[in-house]
Amino acid sequence: MTTKPVIVQTQYFTFDELRLENGEKLGPVTIAFETYGQLDARKANAVLILHALTGDAHAAFHHEGEKAPGWWDSMIGEGKAFDTNKYFVICSNVLGGCKGSTGPSSINPKTGKPYALDFPLITINDMVHCQKKLIDHLGIEQLLTVVGGSMGGQQALSWLVNYPKSIRSAIPIATTARHSPQQIAFNEAGRLAIMADPLWNSGHYYEGKPPDKGLAVARMVGHITYMSDVSMAEKFGRQKKWPSMGEKFTADFEVEGYLRYRGDNFVKRFDANSYLYITKAMDHFDGFAGKSVQDAFGHVVAKVLVIAFKSDWLYPAYQSKEIVKACKIAGLETSYCEVDSTYGHDAFLLEIEEETHLIQHFLKKILHDCEVSNGHKK
Amino acid sequence: MDIKNEAIRPDHRIILEWIKPGATVLDLGCGSGDLLYLLIKEKEARGHGIDISNEEIYKCVAKGLNVLHGDIENGLADYKDQSFDYVILNQSMQQILHVDRVLQDALRVGKKVVVGFPNFTYYRSRLQILFRGKTPVNASLPYQWYETPNLHFLSILDFIDYCRTKNVAIEEKSFLGTAQRLQFFPNLFAQTGIFLISKAK
Repeated sequence: MTTKPVIVQTQYFTFDELRLENGEKLGPVTIAFETYGQLDARKANAVLILHALTGDAHAAFHHEGEKAPGWWDSMIGEGKAFDTNKYFVICSNVLGGCKGSTGPSSINPKTGKPYALDFPLITINDMVHCQKKLIDHLGIEQLLTVVGGSMGGQQALSWLVNYPKSIRSAIPIATTARHSPQQIAFNEAGRLAIMADPLWNSGHYYEGKPPDKGLAVARMVGHITYMSDVSMAEKFGRQKKWPSMGEKFTADFEVEGYLRYRGDNFVKRFDANSYLYITKAMDHFDGFAGKSVQDAFGHVVAKVLVIAFKSDWLYPAYQSKEIVKACKIAGLETSYCEVDSTYGHDAFLLEIEEETHLIQHFLKKILHDCEVSNGHKK
Repeated sequence: MDIKNEAIRPDHRIILEWIKPGATVLDLGCGSGDLLYLLIKEKEARGHGIDISNEEIYKCVAKGLNVLHGDIENGLADYKDQSFDYVILNQSMQQILHVDRVLQDALRVGKKVVVGFPNFTYYRSRLQILFRGKTPVNASLPYQWYETPNLHFLSILDFIDYCRTKNVAIEEKSFLGTAQRLQFFPNLFAQTGIFLISKAK
């Protein structure tokens, strides 16, 4: 079955100023976003998708002339988990990003040049404050759900704590309330790879060549942590590109070639400084807002669906269970599933059938409860 | 799914009678969530299930239930005292490794606890041991020895003894034969015992 691809365009929303968590002011701020489906008359069917480290606002459908659809197209669309016949789906690029939202590669109005390292340190909460402004701008008082994997899950937790009354539910996937030293360590290895590239030039590379080599290595480190031992063995084995040892230190094994290829592709679409800023935001994030687990979710009324994956060693299930524990203590209506998967952390982008089942039914219940409480259906 | 059109399991019917309307419940080992769904539908109960199986979790979510994937042994520690009106352990207690610890924790987390288990000294089981010299396999103990999930084999009298020893009050009890409720000699004729217990005052 081939259907004509649905074309979507990225939109932009700009506001004057954002007071950041660290006290600094940033402005003007532009947020790139896309929407799929229709907002209903009561504006009660909106779903906010939150992307991971290197994602963007283009979550679904096709851009004009593009072959590949958005990054979570398998989940968003007619009849899919986020059914665009039922829901109004929004996805925005995070603050600090490089795909249309204000970030270190944006022009600093004070200098007329890219911010580079003059860009202030941002946090996951700052990203979420921008999303709240966007939602206000769209005239939506309450979101049906906020959902995302990995860093997207961190944002979902931030929504729970910062805007408990603005969401009916949250779906944090393959995520954590607080990065472990291991997670910080991998991010730091990536950052140092970028900063060790002479072309990085303390962040001032926008007029010359960017630090592609460093950024590619950072992506390589990331990619290794997104897969699992099993998924790598299944995908590459010890398959070699040529029978002998080959030249000195070439990519002899399939896995080496793959990582190089992915790294080289990544640098075409991502900004090295954004990588630095966003990974720092992830490392510093504290989903319990510095409070005890007991107090963190005290004001939350939303329902929560937490999803983890068995082979995910970067965001292991115990971290999701910590979130579930906080929900239990706060007395929230919570569901938790540890999906059987061998894909590692990447599973949240690949285990579509299981995720669809869980999310579809969870959302159906949220929408139903919403209609009942509004007296529209019994 | 309409409950009224489906046969309600006899043990579920008993538990349904005991649970007060609007109660909060925690169903430990909730399986596919039939009991929890029934309690929500018929008694406007609120609450959670906990189960260890992915397949059962998917079924529960499809029913719109709140369900947590995990094992019962570690599932209770996070809850505050008296978080629920009822904690339910129906046909799951005998599969837990540390029964005493979980029961005591259930009595802490729940104001009342429902426990349902297969009666090991059901007469057919006794006959199977006595005359065939084999581990009993029958309707209430349907597994071969090498594939049973049951870790503990207890009788109705054993459980009553436990409650006495541990100073646990038995508020209600009900016994099931093949399908009907029993009044007399439950330790001999019941396949299943169901108890409503609480901490003795």
